[in-house]
Amino acid sequence: MFLRDAVTLSLQAVFSHRLRSFLTALGIAVGIAAVVLLTSLGEGIHRYVLSEFTQFGTNLIGITPGRATTTGFSGGVISNVRPLTIADAMALERLPRVIATVPVVQGNAAVKYGSRSRRTFVFGVGPAVPVVWRMEVSQGRFLPADDPRVARPFVVLGSKVKDELFGSENPLGRAIRIGGEQFRVLGVMTSKGQLLGFDLDDAVFIPAGRALALFNRDSLMQIDLLFAEGSNSEEVARRVRQLLIERHGDEDVTIVTQDQMLEVLGSVLNILTLAVGALGGISLLVGGVGILTIMTIAVHERTGEIGLLRALGADRRQILALFIGEAVVLASLGGIAGLAIGTGGAWLLGVLVPALPTYTPWRYVVAAELLAATIGLLAGVLPARHAARLDPVEALRAE
Amino acid sequence: MIHLEVIERVFQVGDEWVHALRQVSLHVARGEYLSIMGPSGSGKSTLLNIIGLLDRPDKGSYRLEDRDITDLSDRQQAALRRHKIGFIFQFFHLIPRLTAAENVELPLTLAGIVPAERKQRVAVALERLGLADRARHRPDQLSGGQRQRVAIARATIMRPALVLADEPTGNLDRASGQDVIDTIEALNGEGITVVMVTHDPELGRRTRRQVQMMDGRIVQDTGAAHDTR
Repeated sequence: MFLRDAVTLSLQAVFSHRLRSFLTALGIAVGIAAVVLLTSLGEGIHRYVLSEFTQFGTNLIGITPGRATTTGFSGGVISNVRPLTIADAMALERLPRVIATVPVVQGNAAVKYGSRSRRTFVFGVGPAVPVVWRMEVSQGRFLPADDPRVARPFVVLGSKVKDELFGSENPLGRAIRIGGEQFRVLGVMTSKGQLLGFDLDDAVFIPAGRALALFNRDSLMQIDLLFAEGSNSEEVARRVRQLLIERHGDEDVTIVTQDQMLEVLGSVLNILTLAVGALGGISLLVGGVGILTIMTIAVHERTGEIGLLRALGADRRQILALFIGEAVVLASLGGIAGLAIGTGGAWLLGVLVPALPTYTPWRYVVAAELLAATIGLLAGVLPARHAARLDPVEALRAE
Repeated sequence: MIHLEVIERVFQVGDEWVHALRQVSLHVARGEYLSIMGPSGSGKSTLLNIIGLLDRPDKGSYRLEDRDITDLSDRQQAALRRHKIGFIFQFFHLIPRLTAAENVELPLTLAGIVPAERKQRVAVALERLGLADRARHRPDQLSGGQRQRVAIARATIMRPALVLADEPTGNLDRASGQDVIDTIEALNGEGITVVMVTHDPELGRRTRRQVQMMDGRIVQDTGAAHDTR
């Protein structure tokens, strides 16, 4: 028997019970639509979050003091963690393939201008922020390339801080007080929006050395390092580690490359997509049970037909193939309808609620249709095996 | 052509054992026209099913066209049914959702014959049985006689050597029944061996050879003497 003939026979059987087949296929359609819609949402969120994170660039390495691994001694007994200093950041900048470094100290302080005061994030940074963090200055300029240890008291405002303190007034050249010390406004940053609830516009940027003094710290919180495009991040990270071991006498920092971070983030988000897809899979399972039910009824109803086919010279395998084929056809038709509903729904959702990111990758669509066919196959096996094992004489007598 | 030697067939019905066939031996030559008669429960349908390879004997041997088919696998038996044997049933057994032409085409489809040849052979078969204008009708749009003729077209489309008919007129009025019998006798005239189960004595008398069964045994056979292939 040709595959084409088997498919034709299956289609004829499916279409002979229009309403029943429609309802059964609908079960699969709803399941596939749910899977496609939910994975589209998951994938959309995945892409959205990744793009939020990569807006700072991907050739970044973050260095924080202290090792992330646990050793035998409690840290309190012999603390050999040396402070991460501005000098370290300057030394790192001289490594080959390194474009710039940003020493980071972060804190919270009251910023005052005239009678207005606002508590806000204070970033102690270096002059390379616009390059390393891909931020732009909308007014004036960023911190000058002073010697970071004795930098002049300049400040660059986040756009929100500027609006709150100065309103429409031009802030350039004005003096503001941060935590009691006086700084001169040198520029205003372009609005960058929120990142995971962290508002970069509600912040001010001052030289790192000033921030250390302001917050009374001797160690930087982090050094961000930008390396040249096309370099191997592992290689750069290795050099950084080597240099810091030389300078500190021991490995007492944690080095995280952006690709490592994205990898971790990506795998977390993949699990999220998988989890919501699995939720849709439950309804798909219910649809599969519907096919199993209908195929069981169909085999029962068509016992006489099975006997006839056997008498006409069909062997057991052909009977098996015909009924499994019917279940697969039913599930595939439902699957195609479900894909249309699912991708259409995802698209509609994207249009109606633009804030909700959706994205439907083609490989998911193909995988979903294959899944539907597989479910039909599995649901068809039991009833079809029953059909194939029927005794032809008994089956013929049934009609 | 058909050689059955001391066939036994026992069924279990509930917790009772029913001896459907006892020590049945039957030899049918090529081109014979033979009826098997007897009251219901005499084993005539079981005998027909065994001849048609739908059922297996518990004991005894069966040779069809010099081939011992007692130990054939399911696939080999199916292939023999496909190519050598045509079935005609009392209740026609047409598939209701398929047209007359598609029903006739079914054995060709199962045998994997290419569509172009199938269409042509179906058209010829329907034409011969006077059903050309009914090709696109479904079974429920056909009369009983027409349905049985569609079934005959289906039984003979593979050009089998043997046609087995189980009460072919049992569900038809007199005129249609006569029509069907004429068709079957015409097939026999072309050299196809016909074995027919019936309990209509009038129909039985028309065949050249009659086998009478009772309680699973052959009690009378008008043509047992002549031989063999």
